[in-house]
Amino acid sequence: MDYFAQQLINGLVLGSIYGLIAIGYTMVYGIVGMINFAHGDVFMIGGFIALITFLILISLGLTAIPVILLVVLLVSMAITALYGWTIERIAYRPLRHSFRLAPMLSAIGMSFVLTNYSQVAQGARVKPIPPFITGGYTLHESQDGFVIQLSNIQIMVVITTIVLLAIFTWLVSRTRLGRDMRACEQDQTMAALLGVNVDRTISMTFVIGAALAAVAGLMYLLYYGLVDFFMGFVAGIKAFTAAVLGGIGSLPGAMLGGLAIGLIETFWSAYFSVEYKDVAAFSILIVVLIFMPTGLLGRPEVEKV
Amino acid sequence: MKSLKLIGLAFGASLALSSAAFAQDVTVAVAGPMTGGESAFGRQMKNGAEMAVADINAAGGVNGKKLALNAEDDACDPKQARSVAEKIAGAKIPFVAGHFCSSSSIPASEAYADGNVLQITPASTNPLFTERKLWNVARVCGRDDQQGLIAAQYIAKNYKGKNIAILNDKTTYGKGLADETKKALNKAGITEKMYESYNKGDKDFNAIVSRLKKENVELVYVGGYHQEAGLILRQMRDQGMKTVLMSGDALADKEYASITGPAGEGTLFTFGPDPRNKPTAKKIVEAFKAKGIDPEGYTLYTYAALQVWTQAVKKAGTTDAKKVMETIKAGKWDTVLGPIEIDAKGDLKQIDYVVYKWDAKGNYAELGAKGS
Repeated sequence: MDYFAQQLINGLVLGSIYGLIAIGYTMVYGIVGMINFAHGDVFMIGGFIALITFLILISLGLTAIPVILLVVLLVSMAITALYGWTIERIAYRPLRHSFRLAPMLSAIGMSFVLTNYSQVAQGARVKPIPPFITGGYTLHESQDGFVIQLSNIQIMVVITTIVLLAIFTWLVSRTRLGRDMRACEQDQTMAALLGVNVDRTISMTFVIGAALAAVAGLMYLLYYGLVDFFMGFVAGIKAFTAAVLGGIGSLPGAMLGGLAIGLIETFWSAYFSVEYKDVAAFSILIVVLIFMPTGLLGRPEVEKV
Repeated sequence: MKSLKLIGLAFGASLALSSAAFAQDVTVAVAGPMTGGESAFGRQMKNGAEMAVADINAAGGVNGKKLALNAEDDACDPKQARSVAEKIAGAKIPFVAGHFCSSSSIPASEAYADGNVLQITPASTNPLFTERKLWNVARVCGRDDQQGLIAAQYIAKNYKGKNIAILNDKTTYGKGLADETKKALNKAGITEKMYESYNKGDKDFNAIVSRLKKENVELVYVGGYHQEAGLILRQMRDQGMKTVLMSGDALADKEYASITGPAGEGTLFTFGPDPRNKPTAKKIVEAFKAKGIDPEGYTLYTYAALQVWTQAVKKAGTTDAKKVMETIKAGKWDTVLGPIEIDAKGDLKQIDYVVYKWDAKGNYAELGAKGS
């Protein structure tokens, strides 16, 4: 039981990080109808910017951890959002009215550009930071000496994810921007006719998605203690899977999919073999898509006439 | 235009090579990553080779001829290594000390075999280098699978009756290391509690770490690279475990300590003993220091590779690669690393690994002779 609880914690934290990245995929898909394959790499860029900001702040002599965290969070969100905006502007917008595959190919190209750019600019080696948020709680100790450990950083990852999910659900369902987004999602031409600035709304979607990816990058950096130029690829694939599993286009679905992938991987590693955890996760994805083609929380797409 | 330039370059290079070969000297080569990410090691090899050639010439050369040295750059790229090898073979150079990366040494060795060039690597530890039954290869460093033996000896001595787990990352290097350790441990009567593999590049090892915790593992042997090992250690400490991590020579990298922070204290790994501390190296280390060079890493290994070849050439009375190789495998050679014997495959007969330990400050040191 204790072992199960510890693995549950492991799975929830991993799933939260996947979920944070998956939200970016799902938002863009919901509105523009394209898969932004460069999103995983935007997440990687966010991690690098967080790392660089950390090093700058520490070399400036700052020691107050909450201040550092807040500044790093804001700076990495702002700069990564700028990346998101720029990518949309130069790689996707000119192709928006081209044939359907064009923006997707452009996204794959963008992903290569970002990966290689970071490799050239930052080097191919991993960039570690010393453990920054340490400590934790022992929740329970069983008779045979097995302790359930919950670290502060794990708490932080989960809380950040919940708070962000709440903020963005509110943003999409209650604000003017959210209403514009939903309007563009349904019919871009009609939304434009009714006075919605479609270009601006789509830009904002990319900006928000990139800012979320920056938060995920920061959490990743704090939790695992390192970033490298290639980390966006694997994390991006997993998060994309999570978005599809949860029902692409649905915000809570992305979160649910992320948690599901995290938990499946963890429990498969815990009770069967670590080697086949990815096989397990993708097998379950296939099974779910066979029986629920739109994912767990997705709505069936209505053909627009 | 570009191809014209290339032809010009190739012509110039071949001219340079042939002019060296036409002289009365015997030209030998050192090949390694002189540029690129591993260029620090290439520089060490070049330093070692230059010093060895100077010393050999000062002592009268070989068979009445002086040595000349050619340094070639493979940038640790298998394709470039292969073309360097073809260039060296084409210039009829009888001996090369190189390469650095196993992934360069292995493809290059085939071109050397065809071109009648004898190859001694000072650094490539992949077993495959000597396992392909090529006549022309030898090494003056250890083999990855010998590390497993040393690790198992240490574990058997200090962790007998305790819970051991073995992990590997499914790479040639990591799995080879883990399997050899497992074999040697099982032979010593120790059965591991758990044998698992993970994917290189994974960042989240919490699930596997919790399993180690459940099995009360006191020592985990990781056949893999320092990134994953560092993350496993960090996540073990985060989950409140005191399990000791042990691994191979990939952990001899300062980056390991920067991933783990002070938590890396007590981590064990096997690695070649520092040749600078050997009594046979004392004089040469001083000579290097007098020139302002610290003979670190593979400098002295490269020096030793040239020593072995020169002594064998003197004994065989020829530079013909096949005859020299037969002589090398039959004899015993005095080098800066101490006496060296090479077996029929081309590997060192003696096992050249010791156990090192990381401290809290991010440095590692050889464990005392007691092995505790």
